[in-house]
Parts: sequence; structure tokens; C-alpha cells
Amino acid sequence: MAQDVTPRVKVPKSAAAGEAVAIKTLISHPMESGQRKDKEGNIIPRSIINRFTCEFNGQSVVDVTMEPAISTNPYIEFAATVPEAGEFKFTWYDDDGSVYEDIKPIALK
Amino acid sequence: MTLTRRNVMIMGAGAFVAFGLPMRATAAAEDRIAEFTGGAAMADSGITLTAPEIAENGNTVPIEVAAPGAVEILVLATGNPTPGVATFKFGPLAASQTASTRIRLAGTQDVVAIAKMSDGSFAKASSNVKVTIGGCGG
Amino acid sequence: MKRTGRITSLICTTALLAGAALADPVDDTLVVNDEIEITTRTAAPAHLADRFDEVLSGWHFREADTRAMQADDFDNPGMIFVENALTAWETAEGTEGKSCASCHGDATESMKGVRAVYPKWNETAGEVRTLETQINACRTERMGAEKWKYSGSDMVNMTALLASVSRGMPVNVAIDGPAQTTWEQGKEIYYTRYGQLELSCANCHEQNYGNMIRADHLSQGQINGFPAYRLKNTKLNSAHDRFKGCIRDTRAETFAEGSPEFIALELYVASRGNGLSVEGPSIRN
Repeated sequence: MAQDVTPRVKVPKSAAAGEAVAIKTLISHPMESGQRKDKEGNIIPRSIINRFTCEFNGQSVVDVTMEPAISTNPYIEFAATVPEAGEFKFTWYDDDGSVYEDIKPIALK
Repeated sequence: MTLTRRNVMIMGAGAFVAFGLPMRATAAAEDRIAEFTGGAAMADSGITLTAPEIAENGNTVPIEVAAPGAVEILVLATGNPTPGVATFKFGPLAASQTASTRIRLAGTQDVVAIAKMSDGSFAKASSNVKVTIGGCGG
Repeated sequence: MKRTGRITSLICTTALLAGAALADPVDDTLVVNDEIEITTRTAAPAHLADRFDEVLSGWHFREADTRAMQADDFDNPGMIFVENALTAWETAEGTEGKSCASCHGDATESMKGVRAVYPKWNETAGEVRTLETQINACRTERMGAEKWKYSGSDMVNMTALLASVSRGMPVNVAIDGPAQTTWEQGKEIYYTRYGQLELSCANCHEQNYGNMIRADHLSQGQINGFPAYRLKNTKLNSAHDRFKGCIRDTRAETFAEGSPEFIALELYVASRGNGLSVEGPSIRN
């Protein structure tokens, strides 16, 4: 199972109404691909984060399906429109059923 | 060795065997593309894929996709054991249909990005990334 | 085989020429978070003056994307582990019920400059200590806690935290006084050929930096950027871990991490970078 999974998100503290903001996300995760073998030659089972979503006040910004070719400690950067003050909600879904969340509020300038 | 017709044929056969694996992977990539587009034609403009010409290490290759007006972008690494990399679906609050990430490439190969536009059309971009073999295993 | 031979040699020549051009240290400057100016090239310290005019961080030998990854703490995956270490810093462990913070307070203030002067002579113990051996001495003597594994994740996360708060400060390890004997031992190891390939550190990192080794760039082998987040294994690597890899590649039996030999070598190699900024956690291949 993945251990010490820590999500990190970079969002500006405030934005003008309708402004586009850059968002960076990084989560510590081994992203075991299912292609590697251990010392005894057995396949190490796949264990990855398979989906990442970002919503603002319940509306979708991005919904990403992730496959084993995403690097260890997955990094995703994108841009969101901020129509009003509110909350960004970030969610990562692990193969093992775990769900990791982070929430970032943003104020209007 | 002189280049006789027979030798050339033998070399050709060798090349075919050597490239057998990547060809299989490409077939898998084509299946994924067909599944995504339903076999529709793809424009060669309207989408940009930014990737390094030479990747320092195949484990962590930075890429960026951008396709104004896209609802979804599929990214494939055609030379990987399984070609799937990621599918970005853009919601109503995406400020632009752009995303960056870091990916794994098993070797030198073409990375492909296909955008599904809001009008149902498709666009494709492709970029060859050379993956170097490290000097020291250290 | 004549025809093939000629073609092969032609390809080899082209590859070598292209390689030589690519392997040169890149002319670029590093500022982290638009705030911390990093000295990545500077005049060689006096003891190296007969070998080099200038010392160069390994950062100059990496591709643009890799260099950029180190310029922003959010893009630098090594910083995740710095955050984990900040939590560990505050966590009490061992029979004394103490955390690092119990004695040292806020790491971001109290630990500034510490990385820059290690390895360092410890008068009470009568030995040169690396950051790792000092941390383990704190753990066993002050906290009553178990030692950490020398290059285990807890340890390397902590040394990454200590490096991160000294970023931009010049490496300045003492090589005279009581540390001198250890420094000289390290220097001897640096110039000793090891393994079936009979290679010394100097053969690659002094005589051939800027050249290619297979498809990779040979740097000066500076350790001012350690611990380093390596793209190849996507984790933080200690300097001793890297030494081990290098010596193994000469096809030799390596010294152990934390051994007196590697501590001496670390002091000597660190001193070759006196004047370069502390950069860790850096991003390397």
C-alpha cells in the first residue's frame, strides 16, 4: 500500500472575479506501474493514483484519468476560472481505494 | 561483407525482428486512438504538444498539452509497454484547455496527444522524444 | 566488413562531436523562488587552485527542464520530503520525550548555516561528524531514541530540511586544525583508483568533467546539492548513497554509508565545493 501520501497544492490566495489562475498540484506517491519485478522475479502489482479531479464550488475544472505512465509523485498543472469567492476541492483516487483530498479557499480581490 | 541482395534481405529480416516489440505497442496505441475517436479523421492543427526533444531521464519527462476549445485530451506514449498516459477532461471552469504533467517513457518514441473538440471533431499532435541511456547506474 | 566499418566509424565520430558540444557546462544562473540566489560557479578554493580555476555545481550539467525544476520549490519534488521532515522535527520520540524542536526550536531559523559547515570536527566526541552522524548522536544521546538508518528516508528527509534552510549560503567546511587528518584521508581516497576498472574519483570528475560518459554528462562531482532528488530513482539520495553508486560502477567493493572512509571522503569532496552555495534538495539525473 502507498505510504506517506501527502498532497500539495499551489493556488493564489485571491483573484479578481472571472480571472484565470494557475494551479499546480503534486502528491507524493510511488505510482507502482505493474511493469516492474522484485528481486525474486515476481511482478510488483500495480498501485497508482488513477484519477485526479479539481472542482470549484462544486463545478468541474478538470477530471484527469491517470495511467501507469504518470511519473512517481504525480505533478499536474492547469488553469481555472474563478467566477466568485469560494473553495477549490482537489481529490486523488488511489488503486487501493484510498481517497486523498485537499481544499483551498480563494477570496475575491 | 559485400552488400549482396541476399545480405540486404537478411539485414531487413533482422531489423523486422528488432522492431517487433515497438510495432506491437504502436498497434495498441492505434486501438486506443480508434476507441477515443471512433475512427473519425483527425486534423493536424488545433492542438499543441510540448515535450523535450531529448529527455534527461525517461522516468520524469515534462509535457504540456493545449487545445483551445477541447473538451477532452488523450495522451499516449506509443512506445511504452502500455501506451496510455492520461486523459484530461476539461470542465466549465477550466480557464484554458491546457495541462502539464510529468510522464514515464520506456525509450525513444513518439508521444501523441489527441483532442476531442466541443463540436465533436478531433485533432492530433505528435512529438518524438529521444530518451538517453544514463552513463552511470549509480 | 570494410563498408560497415567505415560507416560505423563515421557515426561514432559524429556522435562524439555532438556529445562534446552538449556536455559543456551550461551558462545559466539559478534563483530559487525568485528569491534565493544560488552561487553555482565560483573561483576554486585555495587548496584546489592547482587543479581548477573554477568550481561548478552539477546543476550546470543538466538539461533545461531539470534545471527549471529546481528553481521553484513547488516544482521540486524534493520539497515534499522537506515538509515531511518538518513534521518529524516537531514530533517527540524516545525515552526523554523530546523532539528536535525541544532543543533547537524553529528549524527554519536555528538550523540556518548548519549544512554549510558539515562535515565538522566534534571536540567532545573527538571525531569528524557528518550531519547524519550528528543527527543520530542527538537521537541516541539527547532523545533516547533509536538511530535512523544512515541513508533511510527519515534521515535523508531530515538532511534535506537542514540543507533547504541553508540554501544560498556558501559551503564552508573547515579542513585545517583537528579535521585535517580526516581531510587528508579523504583526499587520498579521492585520488585512489578502485575496482576492476581502476578508476579514481579524479579520473572522471577532475580530468573529464564536461565530457560524456556514454550518454551522460560528467560533472565535477560536487556535493553542494545533496541530498539530491534523482530523476532516475525519483527519491532523495544522500551523498554517501551516490559515492556508493560511483564506486560500485568501478566494479569495486564499496565502503559502507556512514563508514569512516566515506565520512573522510565527504569532508574532502565538500571542501572542493567551498564557496558554492548549499543547494539541497537539488534535482539531478
